Amino acid sequence: MALPAFAVYASLYLYPALSNLLYATQKWDGITKPEFTGLRNITYLLTQDDLFRKALGNNLRFMLVVVIFQTAFALLFATFLLKNSKTNIFLRIVFFFPTILSSVSVGIIWTFLYDPSYGSITAFLKAIGLGSHAPLWLGNESITLYSIALTQVWFHTGQMIVIYVAGLQQIPKELYEAAEVDGASRWQQFKGITWPMALPTTAVVVAYTTIQTFRAFDLIFAMTGGGPSYASEILVTQIYNTAFISQKFGYASAQSIVLVVLVLFITWLQRKTLRVNEGAK
Amino acid sequence: MYKALRASLLTVYATIILLPCMIVITGAFKTDFEIYTKPLSLPAVWSFGNFRKLFVESNIATPFMNSVIVSAFSVFFTLLFASLAAYSISRLFTITGRILFLLFSLGLAIPGQVNIIPIFHLFVNLHLNNSLVGLVLVNIALTLPISIFILSAFFRDLPKEMFECAGMDGAGQFRIYRSIALPLSKPALGATAIFLFVICWNDLLYPLMLITETGKKTLPLVLIDYKGEYFASYSMQFAAILVASLPMVVMYLFMQRTFQAGLTAGAVKG
Repeated sequence: MALPAFAVYASLYLYPALSNLLYATQKWDGITKPEFTGLRNITYLLTQDDLFRKALGNNLRFMLVVVIFQTAFALLFATFLLKNSKTNIFLRIVFFFPTILSSVSVGIIWTFLYDPSYGSITAFLKAIGLGSHAPLWLGNESITLYSIALTQVWFHTGQMIVIYVAGLQQIPKELYEAAEVDGASRWQQFKGITWPMALPTTAVVVAYTTIQTFRAFDLIFAMTGGGPSYASEILVTQIYNTAFISQKFGYASAQSIVLVVLVLFITWLQRKTLRVNEGAK
Repeated sequence: MYKALRASLLTVYATIILLPCMIVITGAFKTDFEIYTKPLSLPAVWSFGNFRKLFVESNIATPFMNSVIVSAFSVFFTLLFASLAAYSISRLFTITGRILFLLFSLGLAIPGQVNIIPIFHLFVNLHLNNSLVGLVLVNIALTLPISIFILSAFFRDLPKEMFECAGMDGAGQFRIYRSIALPLSKPALGATAIFLFVICWNDLLYPLMLITETGKKTLPLVLIDYKGEYFASYSMQFAAILVASLPMVVMYLFMQRTFQAGLTAGAVKG
């Protein structure tokens, strides 16, 4: 019964993933005959490729910023929206809404909001007298990546709120009642009950958000294409550009392999850290 | 103090979500000049000119239908294949089942994006590029692991007795799957279907790589084209976004619960 699934999966997922290993040992422009170069792609990539290092650094910064802010906002708003009152359910629906849009639509909407001449954010800053400080959100190399990170947080925080609400609703109410009797403040209750009890949910939210930041190709492609001068290039956009713009397919495969190893490593690291935390609690 | 803080933060956040949506919805019916000067006001005249242009000049109906076809077939076959596989993995306790599960879990760990180069060459060799069938096949392969994961977790939690009774009554595995497992898992199948539909409807990367023929493009691809073609006209881009998002938005209005369940189910162990 599993045969159809296995056939499609093996031929169009496992086999391509494995053939990356073969491609990575070749120099190939996609047209002429591939030339075997052994480990040259991978050694060059890891030791001399400044652009790759830049994309890797961007990817990690993008990940850190999005994970920290998205998780913090989601947890905060989930504690606000915990009770299933009519208003709270409505607000959850509102906050979740961006999740159903396509990355391309969100990218275009935010390209408008960030527009230096006509964008709403610039207009807002002008209205409160800060117009002269408005930076080029997507044109300034040092902030582009963070502008896109903000868009990503706008895009997916609602999804994480829903995950958190489901997790926090599992915490027994008696714990809070007892804390209340002991005169614990809201902050103490959060620190002593909510945070430790929500750790497994936090693990899920952090892991999911991390994976999303590595998959942010669509959003970045729609907003900046990785520019200006590679300032918003992450690994997946670079793999795409290496293969389909520079026609270096073997090299792009080598980059893909590094991406897989990195994702596996980060997943493993997160599991380990959050398990240690759970054990300590 | 806490109540005031909570209320104001919730208001600010709701504004940050809703304002851009209002700007896009009203902007699609405005002139570009109006978008720049009065982004928040209603259009002075509700003009359908942008939509006429999209349907008549740019023929957005074609990519719209392509997206409908690709998403519908991808979701249907992924659900069919994934539910069959998930049933056999979670109900038949065999070594093969274990191995299969491990293999599919591997697909959860490897991000699908890293397959773009091998898939591209494979599909060019098989003449599956510039083909909607090709996109459907890619979508099925990419979403199978997560679908199997969600569904097998659900099947595992179904009461064992029902299956045992049916087995004693002489029903074959396929019969049990069809008349017990599937009807019982309607909510899980629905949530997974929505989850898959959102992924397929919104995907850019694989169509971008595989589709170059104008007549075969899907909505996210033409949105990118319009961004270049109508770069000076946000009102046109907004109108295109409305057309492209309409099916999702309408479905969301009627099934918020299923959307929330579906789009977070992938996170549970992903």
